[in-house]
Amino acid sequence: MIAYIVRRLILALLTTWAITVLSFIIIQLPPGDYVTSYIASMSASGVGVTEAEAQALRIQYGLDQPIYIQYLKWMGLIAQGNFGMAIEWGRPVLDVIGDRLTLTVVISVAAIVFTWALALPIGIYSAVKRYSIGDYIATFIGFIGLAIPGFMLALIVMYVGFKYFNANVGGLFSAEMADAPWSWAKFVDMLKHLPIVAIVLGIGGTAQMIRIMRSNLLDELRKPYVMTARARGLPETRVILKYPVRVALNPFISTLGYLFPYVVSGSIIVSMVLSLPTVGPLLLKALIAQDLFLAGTIVLMLGVMTVIGTFISDLLLMWVDPRIRLGKQ
Amino acid sequence: MKETTPINPESTMASSPTETLPEEFATSRAEEQIAIATQWQLMWWRFRKHKLAMAGSIILILFYIVALTVDFLAYANPYTSEAQRSLMRPQAIHWFDNGKLSPHVYGVTGARDPKTFKRVYVTDLETKISVRLFAKGFEYKWLGFIPCNIHLIGVEDTRAEETLFVLGTDVQGRDLWSRLMYGTQTSLFIGLASVVLSLILGVALGGISGYYGGIIDTIIQRIIEILRSIPTIPLWLGLAAALPGTWSVQQVYLAITLIISLLGWTELARVVRGRFLSLRQEDFVMAARLAGCGQMRIIFRHMVPSFMSHIIAAMTLALPAMIISETSLSFLGLGLRPPAISWGVLLQDAQNIQALAISPWLLIPSIPVIIAVLAFNFVGDGLRDAADPYG
Amino acid sequence: MHSEHKPLLSVRNLKTYFFQDEGTVKAVDGATFDVYPGKTLGVVGESGCGKSVTAQSILRIVDQPGRIVEGEIVLCCAKGTDVELTKLHPNSKEIRAIRGTEIGLVFQEPMTSFSPVHTVGNQIIEAIRLHCGISEREARAKAIETLRQVGIPKPERRIDEYAFELSGGLRQRAMIAVALSCDPRLLIADEPTTALDVTTQAQILDLLRRMQEQRGMAIMLITHNLGVIAEMADDVVVMYLGRVVEQGPVDAIFHSPKHPYTKALLRSIPSIESTPRVELPTISGSIPHPYNRPSGCPFFPRCPECIPGTCDTAEPTPIAVSEEQSVSCFLYPS
Repeated sequence: MIAYIVRRLILALLTTWAITVLSFIIIQLPPGDYVTSYIASMSASGVGVTEAEAQALRIQYGLDQPIYIQYLKWMGLIAQGNFGMAIEWGRPVLDVIGDRLTLTVVISVAAIVFTWALALPIGIYSAVKRYSIGDYIATFIGFIGLAIPGFMLALIVMYVGFKYFNANVGGLFSAEMADAPWSWAKFVDMLKHLPIVAIVLGIGGTAQMIRIMRSNLLDELRKPYVMTARARGLPETRVILKYPVRVALNPFISTLGYLFPYVVSGSIIVSMVLSLPTVGPLLLKALIAQDLFLAGTIVLMLGVMTVIGTFISDLLLMWVDPRIRLGKQ
Repeated sequence: MKETTPINPESTMASSPTETLPEEFATSRAEEQIAIATQWQLMWWRFRKHKLAMAGSIILILFYIVALTVDFLAYANPYTSEAQRSLMRPQAIHWFDNGKLSPHVYGVTGARDPKTFKRVYVTDLETKISVRLFAKGFEYKWLGFIPCNIHLIGVEDTRAEETLFVLGTDVQGRDLWSRLMYGTQTSLFIGLASVVLSLILGVALGGISGYYGGIIDTIIQRIIEILRSIPTIPLWLGLAAALPGTWSVQQVYLAITLIISLLGWTELARVVRGRFLSLRQEDFVMAARLAGCGQMRIIFRHMVPSFMSHIIAAMTLALPAMIISETSLSFLGLGLRPPAISWGVLLQDAQNIQALAISPWLLIPSIPVIIAVLAFNFVGDGLRDAADPYG
Repeated sequence: MHSEHKPLLSVRNLKTYFFQDEGTVKAVDGATFDVYPGKTLGVVGESGCGKSVTAQSILRIVDQPGRIVEGEIVLCCAKGTDVELTKLHPNSKEIRAIRGTEIGLVFQEPMTSFSPVHTVGNQIIEAIRLHCGISEREARAKAIETLRQVGIPKPERRIDEYAFELSGGLRQRAMIAVALSCDPRLLIADEPTTALDVTTQAQILDLLRRMQEQRGMAIMLITHNLGVIAEMADDVVVMYLGRVVEQGPVDAIFHSPKHPYTKALLRSIPSIESTPRVELPTISGSIPHPYNRPSGCPFFPRCPECIPGTCDTAEPTPIAVSEEQSVSCFLYPS
């Protein structure tokens, strides 16, 4: 058990490190450095930056040093909570991101809850009633869900909402709540907007999860322990739910590890179309404007978030599966 | 076969209902037929039974035929824009004229509404423009070198660009049908090229990982695990955004293909590694090694052919993800850039919901995306099932 | 045979078919036999002859797309009433009450017959509570007691372990404990020793015999191993391709086999007395494919004593060759 946790933890740390490197690469890739673009944006807004100030900035960010030193310096600044300035906004990166990261987590978790709530029962039904009409319908809908990219579904939902209900289904808050400080009313307002967002974001994953659950359960239903449970005289529903479903849940839980990055990724694009206050639109804007500290920080934070999510799913898996808990592969 | 066989070859490949039923059966022609069938024949027999996969393959063949004959199928130059024709709605082709077969469309005249300043189009029921098959239109070079100016459909006596709009026009007044044809070509070939690139990466790394095992395997597996747990889209967005704006269409095309292929190789590597690991134990590999074959020969002459079918199945299943990636990237303005035409570029016009509400036909390019992705999934599923003819 | 007793279980002309796209597999095709209280019935045959499906048919747990199409299975319940099992719905309350309490089942694979994510105890206690309606505590005590009876050391501790933590022999003992936990009057053991090594096999057979003595229950022992049959069974049923080809008391079957298939089976047992370096006789050919079974007697293509013109056209019916032994073969005129 300890070995399992340690192994997972090491992997999580390695992944975090890989993400920091990749984020740093994103910051470094475009021509010019941070100070050049800072000066450019400052002078565009009419504030001149003297050569001395520029030099001071370069030294602060270590831009005059070799690349690995720069990376270490950047890491050092991050460790102190200094993520740099968002050039376009003229404010510290963290200020700009604000509660958008939290909202990204909220939306992603909502999408995953939706995905599971839908995929579990449908997957179980499809497997138990294999080759029934319901199974075929579920499989077909699953395929459709798989084939429609999130942004396209978002577009269609927006279009239908606009055209037929004359309502803007986008956004996470009503217009009057968007800029209000957090309150119970705002929270309730968000809960009202959350379902559509969760559906749009979760439907692609749901299709995959249904297929995974169905094939897991089909494998388990063939195993002898199901027949022994039946031979003990258990009612059929209890046989199915207590044994094969329970066993099939384990690999299903482990899919959380890649469902999470998938949903977070999807949220970026879907947020654009539905104009959600997540880090998605911010990232896109930052990338197009080459506001690289902002972009790099967002990529870093999203990455770390998924690492944490994956690690939690690993712990969850250990909790539910005695084979892992007791160290048997 | 001269006479009718009561048992068709497929039936014997079905798995028995209980593990106790015997695998083999008394001599029959069907068994012999299976015994001498090649691996590909067996796959084909199985694949044929998968109705959705068969339908999917037909659709994909049609898609690639379209991709090869875009210039012929498009009747208007996809780049010719004209503000006068901005956002025209699709025209219906009327097939009969006074009971005679004579396909035609009605002329459309546009004018600016003096109050709203929007362009309004009025169908002119008096003007009938007949649509002809194999009409002459803009000049093109088929497959890049055969000069030609024949198009599937077109109109007489006037330029198709000015009168025929089967799927309407975009904001810049370009014909959507013709642009959709060119977009299909780009998107399908980007998908194909990316999947080939990620295949090379996946087979190389997965093969090394599975063949050598040990520490190399562990390292490559950890790398794959790390890559899979990173939210890819923000990363690839970052990479795509870093492409210099000064690059030419071709350079961007190539770079996007590369970026997308970086996305898909992990799954392919996983499949290849799994196959390598199980094949390494097989007797025929051991026999080849004992016979003194070199490693390259063992890998390419003995191992690769035996899991070729699995690779093809995995590739087909990876393709839809590539197509969706290209479409998403271009849709966000970080993938292909105009003047390149792809499904994603076309859908960029549909980003604005107000524009979409007025001109819903801008959403039409999403239909081929969905159909292609579905078809690839069906075919991939069918191939995956068929890849194990003995299983 | 055993006319002094009424059979505990009597199976008549049972037919269980699997309906598949490619054709119908007649897994059990007219099996008839009786199980008597306190006795052991051995069911023997090559793999694929329908032994396991027969057992599953009795408990009505045949998996889709299998279905009992004909025949009857009459169980004489503890209360003295006869129940026709084929008339019950596979999910009905009545059949569920019979499973576990009247008939217990032991499978070949003890590893996969336990859920990998539930403790052994969980699965025993569940059955006890379901059928006996006693409290969790009492059920647990009873489960520990059953585990002790089947010879599992430290049952208080083992009860909270998972099947994968037990050794193969202990696992099979635990499996038997599950089957015995509600005191069934008939234990169906489907290849209970096949997955075990030889010494453990002997221990398990010993355990089964002891349990039978203590509880006076009947055992239906399914196996392909004639040695196990010789050691355990009172009566023997020989099955081939879903049909009973011969049945009788164990001595009669081993000492004066009548059916050519039984004879061939017995010939193929290696013996200590056989001449060295002489090839062991085998049954020529292999079992026909289930979609492609021969007309007439199912064994005729492999039968050394086949009568052309008779065996390949007509199906033989069971014929009593002695008071207790019957055989389905044209070699024995009625």
